[in-house]
Amino acid sequence: MSKKIVIEPVTRVEGHGKVTIHLDDQGNVAQSRLHIVEFRGFERFVQGRPYWEAPVLVERLCGICPVSHHLAAAKAVDVIAGAGTGDGLTPTAEKIRRLMHYGQMFQSHTLHFFHLASPDLLFGYDAPPEQRNVIGVALANRELATQAVLMRKYGQEVIAATAGKKIHGTGAIPGGVNKSLTIEERDTLLKGRAPLNADKMIAWSQGALAFFKDYYKKNKAFIDGFSQFPSNHLSLVRKDGALDLYHGVLRAVDAAGKKILNDVDYQDYLSHLREEVRSWSYMKFPFLKILGKEKGWYRVGPLARLNTADFIPTPLAQKEFEAFKAVTGGKPNNMCMHTHWARLIEVLHSAEVIRDLLLDSDITGTDLVTKGKWQPVGVGVIEAPRGTLMHHYRVNEDDLITMANLIVSTTHNNEPMNRAVNCVAKAMMTGQKEITEPMMNAVEVAIRAYDPCLSCATHAYGQMPLEVSLYDATGKLISQRRK
Amino acid sequence: MAKKIIATTSLAGCFGCHMSILDIDERILDLIELVEFNKSPIDDIKTFTKECDIGIIEGGCCNDENVHTLLEFRKHCKTLVVIGECAMMGGLPSMRNTIPLKECLDEAYLNGPTVADCNPQKIIPNDPDIPKILNRVYPCHEIVKIDVFLPGCPPRADLIWDALVALVTGAELKLPYTTFKFD
Repeated sequence: MSKKIVIEPVTRVEGHGKVTIHLDDQGNVAQSRLHIVEFRGFERFVQGRPYWEAPVLVERLCGICPVSHHLAAAKAVDVIAGAGTGDGLTPTAEKIRRLMHYGQMFQSHTLHFFHLASPDLLFGYDAPPEQRNVIGVALANRELATQAVLMRKYGQEVIAATAGKKIHGTGAIPGGVNKSLTIEERDTLLKGRAPLNADKMIAWSQGALAFFKDYYKKNKAFIDGFSQFPSNHLSLVRKDGALDLYHGVLRAVDAAGKKILNDVDYQDYLSHLREEVRSWSYMKFPFLKILGKEKGWYRVGPLARLNTADFIPTPLAQKEFEAFKAVTGGKPNNMCMHTHWARLIEVLHSAEVIRDLLLDSDITGTDLVTKGKWQPVGVGVIEAPRGTLMHHYRVNEDDLITMANLIVSTTHNNEPMNRAVNCVAKAMMTGQKEITEPMMNAVEVAIRAYDPCLSCATHAYGQMPLEVSLYDATGKLISQRRK
Repeated sequence: MAKKIIATTSLAGCFGCHMSILDIDERILDLIELVEFNKSPIDDIKTFTKECDIGIIEGGCCNDENVHTLLEFRKHCKTLVVIGECAMMGGLPSMRNTIPLKECLDEAYLNGPTVADCNPQKIIPNDPDIPKILNRVYPCHEIVKIDVFLPGCPPRADLIWDALVALVTGAELKLPYTTFKFD
């Protein structure tokens, strides 16, 4: 008898993500789907707006990493304003934007690791659900929770100093930025109010990495084996192959490490990428044109970035990168749960970059904006915390937007998240008559590794509450479980 | 004093308002001494397990599920607080209100440069498993009665903190101009 299992967040009621799993007559998983249930319509309603509004309009897509959208849009409108394709800004403007972005990376990754992943690690992913949340962490380990709150706060303060405010800032404008740092602002971030200073953030980042590596040592089979499958990987890399989260060329490698997209200019992204529409999700399915819909899907995000980059250009993170690469003998790492490790290496890298930028005298410079020859089209690409983010605008002679195309990080990961759900469903639910709480949480754990919040597409931080219903072939509900 | 019970949700919002709640920073550790969280994205409580004192809503209503959730919040929360532009006035998502919904869907799924030449069957998502989109985006007060409005995009963390303290302790809410700023 075939069955359909529906796993849905409470947020089915609130409108976010939902999973359906179909079992065949033998109880094997025949099909599983992650549905994204939100639709906004940005591409259409920004048409007719002046292009310089784009950086402050589109950041309202996502309040969790608004800086990423702010800067991807700014990079696209730089091109329209004639300020070049990533190399035309003044040193001060580029470094202020980088500082804003690495501050964002630091706070967003910190939020993910401590508020979301750490409850699973501290208590076990099969622990009672009422304990598995950040309040549980605060009650069990106040020191860790305090550190989490303060690390996120530091990242937010870096953003506020560069963007004007912590959420939905206004710092980036076409061709540059509207402010640099005052000496006082710089000193506050560099060595100001204890314990919030740049060196402390580096030390705490190393502490978080040590925490994870200790956990890995004790739980190697789970971290290596859970929901792992081969895939392609895509990200920006600097021209020399270094990890660069703000600017670079597009590179993709396959599961064995062969380059399938060889350091191409992202202004030309349309020659390489397409998106498939499926009737059961509002989120599209991107793929590499050269490989087609079936084989052209890929992962983005921290794991993908450490698979595409050749090295990390800061010393402490580079050392961690070498240890990370050694696990797979230098080949791409396809182990889903290693994304947490990669993310923490990026936290350390971000802390080092923030410190280095604060020590750079350009950061207090006064030459803020570049002007040049107007262009009708611009593409901006950036590495957001959750992966590659693409903005593409066309404008008319009145400077009004006539076309906008946005491919957000979570959209790139659509197919991998579906595969992850399928992988876990097959492993945990094949032949099962009853759906247990640990089975449901296993599905969450797999999705969470890619994007705890299905961010720009849907949910925010926190555990995804689930509802699982088991139907028989005739559609009759035979079992239901909530948590 | 018994702990006040709080529930929160994000409807058609970006979660920026929830992020601004987190921007109360260290005070969040004080907050959990004062209140108990019920249904919220920050915990695993999926449906209301008890009646709540304070319900906090981010975002307006853009689909049928948003409306359903908002009605549930009104039913189970004594005081309903909306935070941010979207919940108060529809916000940025309501920019689509002047445009027919079909045009928005066509642009995203049929006309965009990365879909135009690879969607030959002209598929627009319509599965029964995904919610129905409303004709326009509605602010919360057009659906249910709202008791407290906190403006901003997002409201500043200090404003959220002061309002929470006032609601929890019953003290008068002070609203100095500096914490009360639109942009």
